[in-house]
Amino acid sequence: MSETNLYPGLNLGDGHGEAHDQAETTVFGFWVFLMSDLIIFGILFASYASYLDPIGMAGGPGPQDLFDFKSVAIQTAFLLVGGAAYGDVSLAVKYDQGRGKVAAWLLLCAALGAGFLFFEVKDFITQAGKGGTPQVSGWLSSYWTLVGLHGVHVLSGILWIFAMIAQIATRGLDGVVKVRLSMLGVFWHFLDLIWVGIFSLVFLVPLA
Amino acid sequence: MSQQTSPIFGNLDWSVTPYTDLLRDVNSSTIVGAGAASVLVLGALFGIVLLTWMRWWGPLYRNWLTSADAKKIGIMYIALALVMLARGIIEGFVMRAHQATALGTLAQQESGLVAPDHFAQLFSTHGTIMIFFVAMPLLIGLINFVLPQQLGARDMAFPVLNQVSLGLTAVGAALVMISLLIGKFGTGGWTMYPPYTGLDFSPGEGVDYWLWAILISGMGSTLTGMNFAVTIFKSRAPGMHFMRMPLFCWTSLCVAIMLIYAMPALTVSSAMLALDRYADFHFFTNDAGGNMMNYANIFWMFGHPEVYILILPAFGVFSEISSTYSGKRLYGYTSLVIASMSIAVISFTVWLHHFFTMGQSAGVNIAFGIATMIIGIPTGVKIYDWMATMWRGRIRVTAPIVYLTGFFLLFVIGGLSGIILANPSIDYQVHNSTFLVAHFHNVIIPGVLYGMLAGIHYWFPKAFGFRLSERWGRRTAFLFVGGFVFTFMPLYVLGLMGMPRRSPTFQNPDFMPWMYIAAFGGVLMLCALASLAWTFWTSYRNRDALAVPGGDPWNGSTLEWSTPAPVPEWTFPRIPHVTARDDWGECKRAGDPWRAPDEYRDIEMPANTAHGLLIAGASFGLGFAMVWHIWWLAVLSFLAIPAIVALRAMRVIEPRIVKAAEVELADRRFRQQVASFAPATRADEETERNRGVPDLSEFAG
Repeated sequence: MSETNLYPGLNLGDGHGEAHDQAETTVFGFWVFLMSDLIIFGILFASYASYLDPIGMAGGPGPQDLFDFKSVAIQTAFLLVGGAAYGDVSLAVKYDQGRGKVAAWLLLCAALGAGFLFFEVKDFITQAGKGGTPQVSGWLSSYWTLVGLHGVHVLSGILWIFAMIAQIATRGLDGVVKVRLSMLGVFWHFLDLIWVGIFSLVFLVPLA
Repeated sequence: MSQQTSPIFGNLDWSVTPYTDLLRDVNSSTIVGAGAASVLVLGALFGIVLLTWMRWWGPLYRNWLTSADAKKIGIMYIALALVMLARGIIEGFVMRAHQATALGTLAQQESGLVAPDHFAQLFSTHGTIMIFFVAMPLLIGLINFVLPQQLGARDMAFPVLNQVSLGLTAVGAALVMISLLIGKFGTGGWTMYPPYTGLDFSPGEGVDYWLWAILISGMGSTLTGMNFAVTIFKSRAPGMHFMRMPLFCWTSLCVAIMLIYAMPALTVSSAMLALDRYADFHFFTNDAGGNMMNYANIFWMFGHPEVYILILPAFGVFSEISSTYSGKRLYGYTSLVIASMSIAVISFTVWLHHFFTMGQSAGVNIAFGIATMIIGIPTGVKIYDWMATMWRGRIRVTAPIVYLTGFFLLFVIGGLSGIILANPSIDYQVHNSTFLVAHFHNVIIPGVLYGMLAGIHYWFPKAFGFRLSERWGRRTAFLFVGGFVFTFMPLYVLGLMGMPRRSPTFQNPDFMPWMYIAAFGGVLMLCALASLAWTFWTSYRNRDALAVPGGDPWNGSTLEWSTPAPVPEWTFPRIPHVTARDDWGECKRAGDPWRAPDEYRDIEMPANTAHGLLIAGASFGLGFAMVWHIWWLAVLSFLAIPAIVALRAMRVIEPRIVKAAEVELADRRFRQQVASFAPATRADEETERNRGVPDLSEFAG
């Protein structure tokens, strides 16, 4: 039997039988859902760009006053390494390396995500301290909404990871759990994709 | 709103109902308001008493509310839409009655049945209800019912998610309904443009009712779009290639794709407005760098695809009925597919024509004006295709054909007035007048409403096992056609005479004759609504005479007509192997279409679950608590949603197995029944001789 790719990304493979086939529909559906989510981010990016001018900033603090580029670089590192770590979750599932390994890699992903969130929230607090709250200007509203929404996504991803660990512990790595881990993988990498956009457009463009 | 927000009840207190207004000041406006609230309360009480008296709570819960069957979910969507349609039409009538009495003078400018603020609530709820809670549930319901059957699938790709979508839509509708009794609705129209709907100019719960109804039901629609798309891409029967799908499936695919890409824009614009209102953000405020034009832009990025989301399923219905009731193959299948997809794509490139007067350059305006005119081309292709389908066909003038003919005549006029409005220099003259109101009613009523009612009439026997009365169906159709003409044609004239839309009063006596004609049209619309209700009732009473257990009352050619009526839960005893476009028609041509399958197997069906109900309950708690600032309830409800999902995920959920023996028994009984009926000829279609088994020698589709 040849290795078939039923949906974009790392497939479970024929060895997983029904779970592999079920993943075709379910993971495809999740891709579709993320495309919808991508539109949400796309509109928020466009809005951010439209408020990124002196009128939108309305005399409030601007990017030069608020952004800490070093912290952003650290956040990027946390998130992207977290993405690589999820690759190991997928491989551990695909090659049947056991529940323990899957859970360990998942926990590492959650820890890296939490590290990202720690620095992001720290930045938000610093910015608010400098008078950069979202109530100050249209630009700050759009900045907090866009970056905050991404942060909420990361938080949801971490909660999802814990939900998956609970499922692995109680019901084991059955077909349904494997399919859900594939979906979580797509979601987790999706967060990296959005972050690359945020890193470039939100932080690099105004500071350049 | 006079006191501090209570930590327990939020802004709720005893003074929020319209009865308080009535006690304070008795006039026609407060009487109408209190009357509407009373209808809501009495209607709810009547429903509860009826369900208790008939002991229907158990069956309602077991067979419907917890069902994950797409067919039942579809029927529930349509039932919800019809209830909301009744409110929407009555509101429309009240508005026409108001404007017929609203001639003011310079001395006393305000006049008419209802107060200006009340009138503004009326047009806001009317628009919101008709778009989001009538048109959307009608089309989503019809697609849910028909799509899996036409594709040869047992269910949607994600049956439980489907249930959740229905729950979220119902929550949105419930929030709008409850605003009749508790508090007020917003006054910003169905689009709720800021800055008027920002906190500075619209404090209070009105706009928040709209926001939460839209945010919650919009989430449901997004998930529905995803469900439809995955179903079409992944759950077709073997051999059902894309170019073998019935046209209704194609338009459903267009709708699915458009829902996926358009709904997020509405979510974003509503969420931004909510942030402005709840957290003092500055997206759309007048001060601090806010820009309300962003709202118009984002809203219509959703709003324009939305109108094609509404119309395309109707186009799908018209493709099916023009072919079936003419006894002819659909003319120009490929061109209809291309036209549908073209409309779906181009509809994303025209949104700016909703605000030509916003102040962008002439170059930008004309680009969008041309794109708008181009979209008329694929639409025209379709109209010609349907007419060519009917050309020299054996047409039976059933109720759906009356709707189709009304659609031909009226929709073309509506489309033409759209082409006129697509010209920016003309748009500057007539925008924001009742000319525009006439235009969009002229496309939405003959397009969406006629299409959906025709579809309901066409597929009703498949759902319930008996046909609807053709005589009353035709009467309803004629009343809707007449009601439309009398209500909205005068609005074209009034718009050209300078009558602004959404205006509670006017001082030009020349408007009056047209206002009276429009009010008469409103009466006809009420009659049409009553006639629609009577159609269902009288058909139900005569259900034995109208029964069509053979399942194919119109001599159809698509897969859904191969099954009994009412269609069993599992739809097909065995998943069919499709060998041609219009596979059922192909089987008829080959002779003996009702051949039993070689063997029967166990069938897996999604188990019933209360998941959708629980999510809907939590979402309603969230929406209602946010509207009234009951923060503790909002937080609890919000946390409940992921908790419900996570807890369900912990359990291993087994599908329900329908035993092969049960399927075989039911299927053999059906086939014996078919063999025992005398085939009905075309001339017998409306008589008692039509038992759902047509004369195959007459099949020409």
